[in-house]
Amino acid sequence: MRYVKQFAIIISISFVGELLKEFLPFLVPASIYGLILMLVALVTGLIKLEQVKDASTFLLDFMPVMFLPATVGLMESWGTMKSILIPATIACIIGTILVMAVSGKVTQGIIRRKK
Amino acid sequence: MNNIVTVLSDSLFFGMTISLLCYGVGLFIKDRTKLAIANPILIGFILIVCILKLFHISYDSYMNGAQYLSYLLTPATVCLAVPLYEKLQLLKDNIAAIISGIAAAIITNVLVVWLLCVTFTLDKTIFATLIPKSITTAIGMVVSQETGGIETITVALICITGIVGNVVAEIVFKLCKIDEPVAKGIAIGSSAHVLGTAKAVEMGDTEGAMSGLAVAVAGILTVIIAPLMLQLLY
Repeated sequence: MRYVKQFAIIISISFVGELLKEFLPFLVPASIYGLILMLVALVTGLIKLEQVKDASTFLLDFMPVMFLPATVGLMESWGTMKSILIPATIACIIGTILVMAVSGKVTQGIIRRKK
Repeated sequence: MNNIVTVLSDSLFFGMTISLLCYGVGLFIKDRTKLAIANPILIGFILIVCILKLFHISYDSYMNGAQYLSYLLTPATVCLAVPLYEKLQLLKDNIAAIISGIAAAIITNVLVVWLLCVTFTLDKTIFATLIPKSITTAIGMVVSQETGGIETITVALICITGIVGNVVAEIVFKLCKIDEPVAKGIAIGSSAHVLGTAKAVEMGDTEGAMSGLAVAVAGILTVIIAPLMLQLLY
């Protein structure tokens, strides 16, 4: 029963997120609306932490596997990718490393300076 | 042989079974070797593609069962609010650093893509295709479409970026001496979106919470910034 209630809350919020995505004019996906809604609900006390904690721990633990089907989809889009293979590879590998390093360094620098 | 292929193609559970098994093999290899490059998603992806090719099973047949895994992504992303709520004080205490880190990521991304486009003399279609590669798929594909990029390539790039981020995160942090959990989370979320966040969640609660936050903020900011940059640079 515990899990049924928790999943019911999480899925309902996902559903409301989906509705917002349909009816609001912004380019925000259902999942991000849902994330914001869930955060607001927790902060305002509308939902208590323990009412979603177990199910959300389970879903977050499971999250990496959920990406596999989409990544396997690369198999299909390979043909269209070939035309910009070199710049795309550089953007994805070097670009990602650079963005990650700069962002991490900036964040850490400001945190450390304050201390 | 043909019979087996038909049975597998029609099966509801085949896609999910090989997804979980291949991911499991990835986890096992990761545990044994302790190498960052032995990434369970990367290994799972390679194994599944090999199996599908070997047995001539189409992507659609695989997706027949595997789609239910993707279907859970929205509720899982919603759940990222839970660790974020638990770390709310940490967010408030470090708000300036967090905003700066996400802004730095967006600026770096624009610069890298722009430099690439200048170096390889690529037109603005490719610029628009490459810009949203670090943000979450649902936002990224719309940004690409709205700014005149090629949507399908953007989706593929977002996926590759996520895998790369997931694989390199540990190495990048070690080399750059980034050990502040908040900084790690922000760096992963703003460079490798939700797929990277899966890695951040493994690293720790703070990393996961901050990464989820960065995905949302970076995604929304890119929606605003991408069209502006396109006008400014082309």
